[in-house]
Amino acid sequence: MFDGLTLAALPDAAEAVRPKIRAFLADHMAGIAADTRARSWQGFDAAFSRKLGAEGFLGLTLPVEYGGQGLGPFARFVVVEELLSAGAPVAAHWIADRQSAPLLLHYGTEGQRQRHIPAICRGEQVFCIGMSEPGSGSDLASVRTRADRNADGWLLNGQKIWTTNAHHADYMIALVRTSGTSTDRQAGLSQLIVDLHAPGVTIRPITDLTGDAHFAEVFFDNVQLADDALVGQEGDGWAQCTAELAFERSGPERIYSSVVLLDAWIAHLQAVGRRDADALVGRLTAELATLRAMSLACTALLAAGESPVVEASIVKDRGTGFEQELPVVIGDDLAAHPDEPVSAELWRTLAYVTHIAPSFSLRGGTREILRGIIARGMGLR
Amino acid sequence: MTTELLEPFVRMLDEIASPAAVRAVEAGGEWQAMWRAIAASGFLDALVGEDQGGSGLTLAQVEPLLQALGASAVPLPVGETMIARALLAHAGIAAPAGPVVLAATQGQPVPCALVANHALVDTGAALAVTPLSEMEVTATGVHGSLAAVLSGPAQSLALPRPANGLRSIAAVLRACLIAGAAARVCDMAAAHAAQRVQFGKPIGKQQALQQMLSVMAEDMVACRIAAQLGCAGGLDPALTHAATAKITTSAAAPRLAASAHAVHGAIGIAEEFDLQLLTRRLHEWRLADGSESYWSGQLGAERLGAPMSSMDFARTP
Repeated sequence: MFDGLTLAALPDAAEAVRPKIRAFLADHMAGIAADTRARSWQGFDAAFSRKLGAEGFLGLTLPVEYGGQGLGPFARFVVVEELLSAGAPVAAHWIADRQSAPLLLHYGTEGQRQRHIPAICRGEQVFCIGMSEPGSGSDLASVRTRADRNADGWLLNGQKIWTTNAHHADYMIALVRTSGTSTDRQAGLSQLIVDLHAPGVTIRPITDLTGDAHFAEVFFDNVQLADDALVGQEGDGWAQCTAELAFERSGPERIYSSVVLLDAWIAHLQAVGRRDADALVGRLTAELATLRAMSLACTALLAAGESPVVEASIVKDRGTGFEQELPVVIGDDLAAHPDEPVSAELWRTLAYVTHIAPSFSLRGGTREILRGIIARGMGLR
Repeated sequence: MTTELLEPFVRMLDEIASPAAVRAVEAGGEWQAMWRAIAASGFLDALVGEDQGGSGLTLAQVEPLLQALGASAVPLPVGETMIARALLAHAGIAAPAGPVVLAATQGQPVPCALVANHALVDTGAALAVTPLSEMEVTATGVHGSLAAVLSGPAQSLALPRPANGLRSIAAVLRACLIAGAAARVCDMAAAHAAQRVQFGKPIGKQQALQQMLSVMAEDMVACRIAAQLGCAGGLDPALTHAATAKITTSAAAPRLAASAHAVHGAIGIAEEFDLQLLTRRLHEWRLADGSESYWSGQLGAERLGAPMSSMDFARTP
């Protein structure tokens, strides 16, 4: 069962990128507090992403003719784990680099590729993904946002919500209905590129429980899109979206969301010289090493040209479970020593990760949906 | 190369280590014929160098065979003997005939010690090949178990101790066996859930079962990858690799056994049903050569002594 997931090693060519990204991070990440670094995914810094692009750290899996590096998924694995371990602010390029550009490469027209992929590789175009709607969360096939063909292309009406970074983004790749009604389920859905600066688009950031505004609601009121807004085939939006989610679910980002907290806690234990947490440290360290090897095994499938939908769900579900366990057990350890001083920075980092952790198993597909996908892979559905 | 080896190996195990044959050995029956078949296959010297008459395979290449031993609940110390023969050959010592167990402890039961002729004993300073006839062998009295506590002075026929002791490589072997049994109990649970009908439909159509089975699959994959990680360093694994392999597999073993039994219901508890051959072993292998907490303590001490990020620690042997 799932025999394809097997131990893989990073090729030397991919490891060769590590010293370079590490040197870049040493130059650009000095002195940033742990609670800021813990926000990594949510850290929006357009200038930082452009610098990454200028140094060749974006578009690692994308072809050279579109401005990418043509180095493949293993090199991306190395750069991503270095960025996340350092807690770098990656939000400005994250979605475009990981999902939008590969989607356009696979399904887009030559014009769409030329218009977007080189700019994504430079860190200059920010994308968001328009999936959820007020009435459509895990039941994505029930989306009601509609695009109707007219003389000028597509007329878009409807609403998206919980869209990560929509208020910072230039474009959204939206899953919308182009024919039929929501009772037609997956049939009649298409993906469109929406210029978020177009008339009729209204974006309202939503403040989250940590005080940040990392997501937003987006309204479309008679937004006129050109004919070439359509990505791939009309009516194939569901299949394209599923393939795209394999990219979102399979990367090492699904194991490192709480790693800044883990490192801050270990540094605390080392500083105070306390040794009663050895077994907990060891257990968490082993789980991280196992998850990293699982994620690398998934990356090897991507590198082999496969679309590891089920395998990615296995890694993501286990990985997010680990990410969510970390703030629970670290909080327990620290507060099990009520007279031991803890820095405000570590305390804020712990609280931030504790509070945002529920999102880890929501974004990119909930835990329950992923387990359903795995069960289907086991022949149960 | 490994696939070419695995197929005949699995075929042989299917022939000689059927569930009925496993039960017969567990019941105290004759095991020598099964052993002779394994010895005759040549697989016992898979890890011995080619210049010494073996196959010259690495532990990573042999890992699928070790998993197959776990999946078939083979009631003899085949993996142990493979490792012992390789360590002996490396030291230029002729291996004794018959099964050899790895005795990294004299305090707790050593799996398969009731069906072995020799033990490779870790004295703390060296490894000593010792005939079990010269040691005190105390059966546990656990139903169906072939484990026994071994004690007594080790013989003088000594070979160099691996840097991380015998327990590290023994733990990696247990991890591989657990990974193999994990794969088998996952297959059995998924198959049972697909055919067992309650409330008018297969129980595998129930979301609650699907969620439990998908977690089993995650644990199973984690066990496989962790076992492979443990084998990556060969016969003297780094502490980090051995610990990661044993922590992940030992922690998963009771969860996998519990879920497999939950899916099967009462029939899974029955002696005549094969599931128990695997789940009893999952528990025995979990406790053998250090549980998850033993290795977590070892690994945690190493981690806290290392001034580096968790990502760096995870990726460096």
